[in-house]
Amino acid sequence: MFAACADPKSIEGLTWLTCYLTSGKHLDFYMSFVTVLALLAVTAPAAMALGFGGAMAARSQIAPLRWFGKAYTAMVRGVPDIVYFLFFVIALDQGIELLKHHIVCPDWTEPVFQGLEFKVCPQAKVPLSNASPFAFQAYGFGLAVLTFAIVFGAFVANVIYGAMQAVPRSQLETAEAYGMSHGQVFRRVLVPQMWTYALPGLTNLWMILIKATPLLFLLSVKDIVYYARELGGTKTQAYEYPHPDWRLFYFLGLLVFYLVMTKLSEIVLGRIANRLSKGQATAAGEAMRKAAI
Amino acid sequence: MKKLLLATALFAFGAGLASADVVRLATEGAYPPFNFIDDKGEVAGFEREFGDEICKRAALECTWTTNEWDSIIPNLQSGNYDVIIAGMSITDERSKIITFSDNYYPPAASAYVAASADADVKTGVVSAQVSTIQAAYVAESGATLLEFPTPDETVAAVRNGEAAAVFADKDYLRPFVDESAGALMFVGEEVSIGGGVGLGMRQSDTELKGKMDAAIQAMKADGTLNTMIEKYFGAEGLKF
Repeated sequence: MFAACADPKSIEGLTWLTCYLTSGKHLDFYMSFVTVLALLAVTAPAAMALGFGGAMAARSQIAPLRWFGKAYTAMVRGVPDIVYFLFFVIALDQGIELLKHHIVCPDWTEPVFQGLEFKVCPQAKVPLSNASPFAFQAYGFGLAVLTFAIVFGAFVANVIYGAMQAVPRSQLETAEAYGMSHGQVFRRVLVPQMWTYALPGLTNLWMILIKATPLLFLLSVKDIVYYARELGGTKTQAYEYPHPDWRLFYFLGLLVFYLVMTKLSEIVLGRIANRLSKGQATAAGEAMRKAAI
Repeated sequence: MKKLLLATALFAFGAGLASADVVRLATEGAYPPFNFIDDKGEVAGFEREFGDEICKRAALECTWTTNEWDSIIPNLQSGNYDVIIAGMSITDERSKIITFSDNYYPPAASAYVAASADADVKTGVVSAQVSTIQAAYVAESGATLLEFPTPDETVAAVRNGEAAAVFADKDYLRPFVDESAGALMFVGEEVSIGGGVGLGMRQSDTELKGKMDAAIQAMKADGTLNTMIEKYFGAEGLKF
């Protein structure tokens, strides 16, 4: 990056360290933090949407929809995350390619499944084999977001389902007495009130999601844990910047990163919890009312 | 999320429909001097130079990607890439599920490295990388096998006393011993296992295998392969 870094083996001290920390691989490492944050930023709303949909389906009056909602939460919650991450991504990837194969190569005669091999026509590859490395990364990232959203969506669905059940029946009854329709009761009374019950559960899930991001590594997205391990390992003279085993320092850095992330989340979520408790018929809401007098 | 996925899908569909087939080469990127990720973040090492050269000779357009060692064969079979070029030894067991090119590095010695000269490699704890011929050898040797996903961790285990010795390709271990200032040393006997290092390909890709074999044979015949081995493995590298 800097002119002084042209010959890394001849420099030492602070210059060496500066050059080392700005090497191309380190820049990739710093970018991987952005990847993790982007994953969180996209996955959290997606999981919320899926969870909300799942909870609504599970409460639905229509039986098949209700079964679907219940089956979704039961299935995803009952299988270890890691199994989903390993199975789902391969299944999803091959499913997409198989679908595309049938669309773009209808004349293909060779079997797609040849023993252990999975072989679609070259035009059906997703991404195509000549796509840029960025396309491969984006595709991997997309699969990761979808997998995370489906897994966490099921947990969110259960939390929201429970929260909806927790809203006092008298509140809904009052709304009905005012002549509100089902939809109006749901929108105006049930949903605004259920957040205060859902928040502790959702807070937990957010924390777990933050800590689950190293699973990205299983989905062959190069995340911060991959880079910490790769950069921290002993480097012999084959590398430009040889150094002994520094994994401890890199992992210490990750420790700080995750602690800062969770601490910040705690502060923000604490404020949201306060705001949601205002005027609620809960112990927290009551305490606020008394304090205000 | 939908927008992102759609954008990704469109991007993937649309990216360069016209250009010729590209052969995707996959390596581990953690096994110097065979292959490693250099400080620019790119694949480097003996196999990088060798891979680029055979692609040039076979008139193929090649791109590089990295994959975990542990899942490198399954991902080849599911079509994520076309060639494994990761210091993989040719063995009967692997040949049942994938096909190998001619070897481009001769059957090399594997060796034990320990922190003390009296380390017990016969019955003690010996570390090796998972799914390697060395791990299989240790498992049968009577020693207690301690497996790690990356080669670097196998050496780290010896340094911090978790394992009495590490068993790996001698070419991989040599720089660690040379640069350890006496902290690490070769112990026990060297063992020659495996049938040399070859490119791994799907069994159905016979045409690709033909092209690769021809290129490797040409490189053996005109001596360029030996020059390359000399460059990356030094005088102790095995030649054809």
